[in-house]
Amino acid sequence: MCGWFVPRPDASSRREALRLMVAALIAAGLQPWPSARAAENLALAFASGSLEGALSAPGATLDPSPEIHLTVPDFVENGAVVPVEITSQISGPQTIFVLSEANPFPLVAKFFVPEGTLPYVSTRIKVAQSCNIYAVVKADGRYHSAMKATTVTVGGCGNG
Amino acid sequence: MAEPMRIRAQSKEGVTHVHVLMPHPMETGFRTDDAGRPIGAHYITEVEISVQGRTVLSATLSRAVSQDPLLYFRFEGGRVDDTVRVVWIDTRGDRRSDEAKILGA
Repeated sequence: MCGWFVPRPDASSRREALRLMVAALIAAGLQPWPSARAAENLALAFASGSLEGALSAPGATLDPSPEIHLTVPDFVENGAVVPVEITSQISGPQTIFVLSEANPFPLVAKFFVPEGTLPYVSTRIKVAQSCNIYAVVKADGRYHSAMKATTVTVGGCGNG
Repeated sequence: MAEPMRIRAQSKEGVTHVHVLMPHPMETGFRTDDAGRPIGAHYITEVEISVQGRTVLSATLSRAVSQDPLLYFRFEGGRVDDTVRVVWIDTRGDRRSDEAKILGA
């Protein structure tokens, strides 16, 4: 890898050398332009096929907090309609993420709760199979989460 | 064009309770029709709810939100007869906007 950074006589131009450097940075897992990356974070998070990916794209962590309450039924017959309710006891503007661990795309929804709106949201989601449901709240740059396992009889993704 | 949304907003003791039902197939793209052909993904991606021009909730949805998405939330400060406006945009670029007046308790 070190060879990339050694000026080579056959590197046709400075532009070529820069291109190689950026390629090496990306290959090494470093991001040369963090701000450009931030703009795409949310899209990446929604497109991610794993819980880890969905969380890491927006820089979220699972930090269990007693201030987040997640209500999901213990048993669900139809995974296509699973009621979820999230109540946060953190005040001020915040973002609430809902994730379903076993879904093909775990990030289900994101809600931005501005000042003046109570930190609570209730909706219905699809859950592919029995798994953990997560609520992650971002407030003041910190993450707080809650988890609840649910058992699904018929998955909510495909036909039937 | 999608069917009209059903919006109910009611003010109780200074807090406005909002229920929104958005008729939409919310197709995941994982299902097939009777002939076995895949049904393309088609779902709402953005929802914005405002009252008298002030945003009270904005949401980004994925295909994993149930068919005919239902939202319930509460905000402070709405007055009876204020207008609650809900706008959504889906993956085909269709958008729909509906309004309702805040009811008294």
